[in-house]
Formats: sequence, C-alpha cells, structure tokens
Amino acid sequence: MVIFDEELAALKEKILKMGLLVDAAVRDSIKSLVERDSGLAREVIRRDREINACDVGIDEEGVRLIALRQPKAHDLRFLITAMKITTDLERMGDLAEDIAERAIELNEEPPLKPYIDIPRMAGIARGMLVDVLDAFIRKDAAAAYDVIKRDDEVDGLTVQIFNELLFFMIQDPRATSRAVKITYLSKYLERIADHATNIAEMVVYMVEGKMIKHMKP
Amino acid sequence: MNPAVIRTEGLNAFYGPKQALKNVAISIPEKSVTALIGPSGCGKSTFIRCLNRMNDLIPVFRLDGRILHKGTDIYSKDTDVIDLRRRIGMVFQKPNPFPKSIYENVAYGLRIQGITGRGVLDGAVQESLRKAALWDEVKDRIGDSALSLSGGQQQRLCIARAIAVEPEVMLFDEPCSALDPIATAKIEELIVELKRDYTVVIVTHNMQQAARVSSRTGFFLLGELIEYDTTDRIFTNPSNALTEDYITGRFG
Repeated sequence: MVIFDEELAALKEKILKMGLLVDAAVRDSIKSLVERDSGLAREVIRRDREINACDVGIDEEGVRLIALRQPKAHDLRFLITAMKITTDLERMGDLAEDIAERAIELNEEPPLKPYIDIPRMAGIARGMLVDVLDAFIRKDAAAAYDVIKRDDEVDGLTVQIFNELLFFMIQDPRATSRAVKITYLSKYLERIADHATNIAEMVVYMVEGKMIKHMKP
Repeated sequence: MNPAVIRTEGLNAFYGPKQALKNVAISIPEKSVTALIGPSGCGKSTFIRCLNRMNDLIPVFRLDGRILHKGTDIYSKDTDVIDLRRRIGMVFQKPNPFPKSIYENVAYGLRIQGITGRGVLDGAVQESLRKAALWDEVKDRIGDSALSLSGGQQQRLCIARAIAVEPEVMLFDEPCSALDPIATAKIEELIVELKRDYTVVIVTHNMQQAARVSSRTGFFLLGELIEYDTTDRIFTNPSNALTEDYITGRFG
C-alpha cells in the first residue's frame, strides 16, 4: 500500500499544481484588464495549454489507478473527486482565457470607468478557489461548506454590476459595446465561482461520502 | 431487505480457552447473498461453520448465545443435525467430490434420504447439474468418475450435490480460493443466480469477490462483527474506521 499511497499523494500534488495555475490565470487576466496590459492577457491565453495538459494528465492517472489498484472507500472517493474537479478547474482556466480576450478588446478602447467591482468579484472567486483547494488537500468538509456559502455574494455582485452597466448604456448608447463586454466579465467570474462551488461539493462527497449537489435549499 | 432467515444473538464461540467469536449479532436476509470478509483468524469461517453446526465435530469447541433459523434455535436439544445440514448446505474451499461417478455424487444426498426411484433420481441429478451450470459440460459422461473433472468443474459438482437435497441456505467457505480466474467467474455467476432460490452466505478473502456477488457484507475482526451493511455502503463509504482500513488495504 506504500506505493499506492505515494501515487495518491503525487496525484494530489498535480491537482494542487493545476489549481495554482488556474488561480494565476484568473489573477493575471484581471490584472491585464485593470492595468490595460494586453501583453499579459496574451500570456494568459497562451498558458491555458498547460492547464489543459494537467487536466488530461490527471484523468489518465486516475483511470490508471482505478484499473490497477481497485480503490475502495475513501481512496475511491478521492479518485472520483480528483477526476471530476479537474474538469471544473479546466473550465475555470477557459473562463480566465475568456476574460483575457475581453481585456484585450477593452484595452483598445478608452476606459468606461475605473474597475472596482470586477476586481472585487475576482478577489472573492479566487478566495473561493484557493480555499476549496485547501479544503481538498486537508480533507476539510467544513471549509468546503464555507466556500459554498460565499457563492451568494458573487451572485449578488453580478446583479449589481449588471444594473450599474445598464444605467451606463441607457445614459450613453456609445458605451454599450464596452458595457456589454464588462457584463460578460462579471458573468465569467460568476461562473468561476460556480465551478469553485462544484469543487466544494465534491470535497464534501470525498470527505463525508454524501452527494450534496443540486440540494441547495 | 428480505426477512431474515438466519439470526444470531450474542453469539460467543470458544476453541478451548481461546475465544473465536465475541457477541456476534447478525440477521441474514433470505434469497440474497451475504458476504463475510476479514483477515485470517478473524472468526468468519468459525461463524459460518456454526450455522450448520460443523463445529460440533471439534471436541474443544464451545458455544453460547443463539442461532435462530426461521425462529428455531439450531443448537436446541431437539434439532436433528442431519436434517439441519440438509437444509443448510455447505460448499468448502477445496472441491471435495466423492470418488464416485458424477451422477452418484449428485444423487448421493437423495439416496441417503431413501430415494431410489430411477426416474426421480435422474430428474433431480439433471436439474441440479443444470442449476450448477455444469450439465452442458458433463451430460455425455455422467457415468465418469467425478475425479476426472477439472477443479472448477469439481467445485460446481459440489454445488450441484448441495443443491440436489433442496437446501434453504447455502454456505460457501472460500469456494474459489483453489480455482483459476475463469472457473472463479463461473462460480461467482452461479452464486448470483442461486440467490433466486436460496439464501447464500459466502466467506471470502477476495474483497472484489465480495463486492461482485453480495448485496450485504459483514466485516469480522478478532472475533467481532465490526460492521454489517449493504455491500455498496461497505465499499464506498463504510462507517467504521477499522472496516475502512481493511478494505483499503491499510492493515491486515
């Protein structure tokens, strides 16, 4: 079992590494927007390939371990969780790429207004991602539940940002194209937080063995 | 869960001074497969052998507590042990056919019950061999010695022999440990089939086998029944840390 334990630890490390790449992608995509740095945005887009490679690598390793080690109980739940959460992480990486693409477009035009709520939203979403990775590593269901709770805050900000941008569009129709793009950004961040929530639900499954998906009151 | 066909209460078993079972309480539902797992020496074989009083033959063996078969205590003075073993049959680790023909092996139990009619015996032998998934392989050489069969076939012959006397419960004590994977797969398929007509209890060291064939699994450790639950639950999310350690290979 020593070998299997080492294999599981190595897989855990790969997921952590993937998670940190995703977090860096979100961080830099927002930075490229706020600092109007399109070079950084292009770097985020380029780096997505690395995240995709992690996704494939982790899934292949998961399949190998299921076939060769016939995992049971917490080992089985860990492997199933690992393989499911890489899908969420990969999607988060794609969304960071989308943010970077919109940033490049927005950077071509004069700023509509200083970005305040978008970085705030990104901060909450990144906090959720980092904390859920930590909950996964430490097998901490309570921390995962805490991440799930924070999703409402992000959803609230999405609505708030939309209302604010709607006001801009009504006031000045020339702002519409930029305002719509910023609405997209908030939607991307909201989706990133949703993926963090999915991961948190899987962490609860991994630790407690119960599926809490789709059971939100 | 089907109603219990066997139920034990406060079962303690001893070999001389050594206690082999400690306060075992279990309900085995009828027409289902129940698997018992645990490391060597955990008491699972002792337990299964109590269920048809195979341990009676061991002089230093002693038992207290109760084993109820359909509500009747099988260790009560009135129990006809021969009849009990007809109703609760057993298949062992190593195939143990009698050095007789295939036909006579299966007919043996019926003959000692005094059944001699050729037609009745022929019918019962054929049906038992069919149920044991052996008929097609032996129908043209039913008079040959049982010892000419392969290990896997011999084990299915032993199952046919047990089936022939129409038991209610069939106990399997490591039935595949002497067989290759293909013969094992055949026996496992057969065990799953058998639960339509019989209650099956199987002791196995092979956890994958327990997972494949059973609907409930009991985990024994040092004579105690540590956990007993649906097989799904035992293998995905057991509630006891000792069960978890055992099935994930962290000890034992």
